[in-house]
Amino acid sequence: MHIASVLIRRILNAAGLLAAVLILCFTLIHLAPGDPAEVIAGEMGGATEEMMAEIRALYGLDRPFHVQLLSYLGNVAQGDLGYSFYFNQPVTDLIVERLGATLLLVISALLLAIFLGTFLGVVAARNPNGLISHFVTVLALFGYAAPVFWTAIILLILFASVIPIFPASGGMYDITGPDDPISRALDIAHHMVLPVITLSTIYLAFYSRLARASMLDVLGSDYIRTARAKGLAEVVVVYKHALRNAVLPVVTFAGLQFAQLMSGAVLVEAVYSWPGLGTLAFESLLRRDTPTLLGILFFSSMVVIIANLLTDIAYRLIDPRIRSGAR
Amino acid sequence: MAPPLLSVRDLRVEFDTRDGIIPVIQNLSFDLHAGGTLGIVGESGCGKSMTALAVMGLVPGPMGRIAGGSIRLDGEDLVAAGEQRLRQVRGNEISMVFQEPMTSLNPVFTVGDQIGETVRLHQGLSRREAVNRAIEMLRAVGIPAPEKRVHEYPHQLSGGMRQRVMIAMALACRPRVLIADEPTTALDVTVQAQIFDLLQDLQAETGTAIILITHDMGAIAELAERVIVMYAGRKVEDGPVGEILGQPLHPYTKGLIRCVPHLEADPPVERRELMEIPGVVPGLSQLGGVGCPFSPRCSESRPDCNMMPVEKAGPGDHSVACWAVSEAAS
Repeated sequence: MHIASVLIRRILNAAGLLAAVLILCFTLIHLAPGDPAEVIAGEMGGATEEMMAEIRALYGLDRPFHVQLLSYLGNVAQGDLGYSFYFNQPVTDLIVERLGATLLLVISALLLAIFLGTFLGVVAARNPNGLISHFVTVLALFGYAAPVFWTAIILLILFASVIPIFPASGGMYDITGPDDPISRALDIAHHMVLPVITLSTIYLAFYSRLARASMLDVLGSDYIRTARAKGLAEVVVVYKHALRNAVLPVVTFAGLQFAQLMSGAVLVEAVYSWPGLGTLAFESLLRRDTPTLLGILFFSSMVVIIANLLTDIAYRLIDPRIRSGAR
Repeated sequence: MAPPLLSVRDLRVEFDTRDGIIPVIQNLSFDLHAGGTLGIVGESGCGKSMTALAVMGLVPGPMGRIAGGSIRLDGEDLVAAGEQRLRQVRGNEISMVFQEPMTSLNPVFTVGDQIGETVRLHQGLSRREAVNRAIEMLRAVGIPAPEKRVHEYPHQLSGGMRQRVMIAMALACRPRVLIADEPTTALDVTVQAQIFDLLQDLQAETGTAIILITHDMGAIAELAERVIVMYAGRKVEDGPVGEILGQPLHPYTKGLIRCVPHLEADPPVERRELMEIPGVVPGLSQLGGVGCPFSPRCSESRPDCNMMPVEKAGPGDHSVACWAVSEAAS
């Protein structure tokens, strides 16, 4: 099938999926206990029943559920995600402001996990009983077992307090530092190290195990024997002939797990006060800021859908059998 | 007579297993002359493929190793050679075609890349020259429309086509020795004949010596000049193809030949029973004993057989390792 028609079908699917996600989340938030009007009234320092009713009328919270839902969906279809009554800002602006920070964190963590994980897996597979192989097993066990927030706190204590080589807290950069682009970029990179390591631990563990298993399988296959029989150097056999085949499951999982990575980012951002969507989601959840929360879920779904699409494209580039199978 | 191109002497290959060190090949000697064809026959598990891998220097490590003997190519001992030298030999002077064409090609590279890789490596051709050489080789092995096929992936080709690609790849550097390890076992009968014809034609053209590993006596009769019969990692009989097929001496060779079914134009009402050799090839852990490994399955077994038979010369340059064959008979 032609790539353009694949894209069009994917976009139609994605629109349907997004609508379903929004309806589901809207319903769930509506079912949850708590009333935005009460939070707003609380912020104002208390309010009478009449004022509460006024607030509800102002934000349309007094209308029946299905009317609220339909009007929300209609607005989203026109590109309007609503207005945050807590942050006093349009939700779209709020999210766009924070999205960059989250994507920077998530994509860095994902790339670190994929590349380092695959590399460790390959080294481990080449010597299944060696030191690196055992290290990968221990790392995997640790990565699976340790909760993200715990890893985050421990790393903070170790590398920001006991050995203070990384900033202890305070978002993406030091506001008192010089603000030319290069020092700012270096400052952000410095602030990123611990959050990225924390977020990538689980996935690093997972990908290194996956790459190890996949590589062991591929190294035993007939075409690797053929490659050796040609007289190719071991490095070429492993990193050209074997790796290209072994990396397929890693790519698949990376795409599938992008959603989990986004949700993992919420905890990591909270611990490191990283000014991204996760922190925003956390705050808006506490404040019953429904439009912001829904907007974040909408954007996250979109990011995941795009990630899956990119995975599919990567898959086609790596494996010719999928390319022609869809032709 | 000219000295042999490839000379294997007293080859011993060992594997580490849970049961200790197992010799999978013992006391194996044979010669291959330039342009000649040697057949190696035996059932699965007799050490035929391991012999091929040993000659290629590809005994799977670290559990397996060549523990003794020599493999001389034009006088140079490959057992003593370093890995770097072996890489120059592999694919260039000695190359190999494997049993499974369906899985022996890398699925993610085009056939042109895979053939071209060999000549780029050993002959330093550029990418463009390598593609041209790949097209030339595909044409030589009888693949139609090679200019188009060269850019295709293995999954777009049939089994017979893939085996032709494997042969093209193996012969791309005009090696002096080609090892064909059961090259037709996975293919249809009609395609088998085509592949054998192709090997014969290419051999006549390039003068490559061939080691044909098979359990197909028909293939041996058609292609080989000399035959060695292997059982449980040892050579049990060795001779010119006519003598081995015409007057086999070892009970195992006789059994193998008896097992070949015959087509009959007018079969009797009572169908003749298919012949078999009773029992199975000994497993890895049973290798390395002191007696003749074939004696449990042998109809001519005798008390002597609890000792390892020595190789004795027979008529002409025929030799056999069996107590039941008396010096007088040979």
